[in-house]
Amino acid sequence: MSDPAIRARAVSKFFGDYPALREVDLDVFPGQVLGLLGRNGAGKTTMLRILAGLSAPTSGEVSFPASGRQASDHRQRIGVVGHGTWIYDELTGKENLRFFCSLYGVSDPGPVVQRWLRRVGLERFRNSRAAEYSRGMRQRLTIARAFLHEPDILLLDEPWTALDDRATQLLSSLVAEAKAAGKTVVICSHQLPEAIGVADEVALLHRGRVAYQGLIDAELRREPQSLYERLP
Amino acid sequence: MKGFLAQTWTVARKDLRCEFRDRQVLNAAISFALVVLLMFSFTFDPNTNVEVRSLSGGLLWVVYLFAGVLVLNRSFARETTNDCLMALVAAPLSGDALFLGKTLSSCVLIFAVELISIPVFGIFFNVDWLPHLAQLLPVFLLGSWSFAAVGTTFGAVTANNRLRELMLPLLVFPICLPALVACMSLTWGIFDPSAVGEMGPWLRLLIGFDVVYTLLGVLVMDSILTAG
Repeated sequence: MSDPAIRARAVSKFFGDYPALREVDLDVFPGQVLGLLGRNGAGKTTMLRILAGLSAPTSGEVSFPASGRQASDHRQRIGVVGHGTWIYDELTGKENLRFFCSLYGVSDPGPVVQRWLRRVGLERFRNSRAAEYSRGMRQRLTIARAFLHEPDILLLDEPWTALDDRATQLLSSLVAEAKAAGKTVVICSHQLPEAIGVADEVALLHRGRVAYQGLIDAELRREPQSLYERLP
Repeated sequence: MKGFLAQTWTVARKDLRCEFRDRQVLNAAISFALVVLLMFSFTFDPNTNVEVRSLSGGLLWVVYLFAGVLVLNRSFARETTNDCLMALVAAPLSGDALFLGKTLSSCVLIFAVELISIPVFGIFFNVDWLPHLAQLLPVFLLGSWSFAAVGTTFGAVTANNRLRELMLPLLVFPICLPALVACMSLTWGIFDPSAVGEMGPWLRLLIGFDVVYTLLGVLVMDSILTAG
């Protein structure tokens, strides 16, 4: 078996005395779509933030063995869709994407930005400020922002929350393309039907621990809520 | 090194572009500086009391520090809208490039406030500043950088604090005191060379302050941003 794209070992995170994560072990392999599921407060977002380098674990470590990269530059290969849109209202759609191209060192950003604006259906509005965009347009710009540097690892936090139909369709097709291209996707969600619909494997977080991990079988696809019955 | 400088410039350019788009901070800081200078000119009338002119350098820098805090407050506040700070932390952007980029953009804005308000100061306090402009500019630049470096470091600390706008001045003002005194003394010395005597120590203090707080910001920025 190949090296995992993401390896978490004994990751714990405490906020004061409160344990948000306790000794979490997780391997995610290239080409895999992992659904990191659980109820609100289970520790999903905390885990995703640690994987994305947004927060340091209290103990344990996260590594990216498949990329062979040092921890300092793995961010180059990660794309994140978080709770916020992470776009600047004062800048136009085009300027936002150019800014993130610069941060990620995308060479020749002009055609890349053009291609993504077209892909997310914002080409006509490229010179309008993001503040003037509708909610759906902002969501599509967010998706372009996360994918434009062609990351090997995609971390999506509650990606379906507040997405309109068009953005949902766009995101689903991009996740399918990423999977087909051998990229690694971690989807963190409490919306079981949507997550189980696209994932190969699920890890169920419960009170900061991985309470169940396994491939998605026919029963889960038929009855997503039955996942909670697998809690020990 | 080239990549580091490019990232620093990318952050600074983005901040300046955002600011020049809506001019929220620049308009507020310039208006504030002008109104306070006007108030001071009535409170300490330089026409009736010649000694007031010797205080004017100090008054000028107090105004700049207060106006500067308006600029510094906005620097990281802008990043909290839409959680943009998360995007910067998740990107392959080093903490030192982020710190220097933000310090540079804040320094440019504070410097702009200083340049725009100095003619008004000259009128209100009967100070002939134009012949001293070449000497004033380096002091303005070093002073602006000192406020910006301290403000950027503590701006990152208070970025997600509900009382950010109160906390930042409380943290920045006392720490900037040595730089403030040096700027006041240098400005006073430029307007009245007999009043201050040796200016070298003040200049060295200001440069040393800038170097120390720039290095401190560079060293701690990564830890501050991922501490949550």
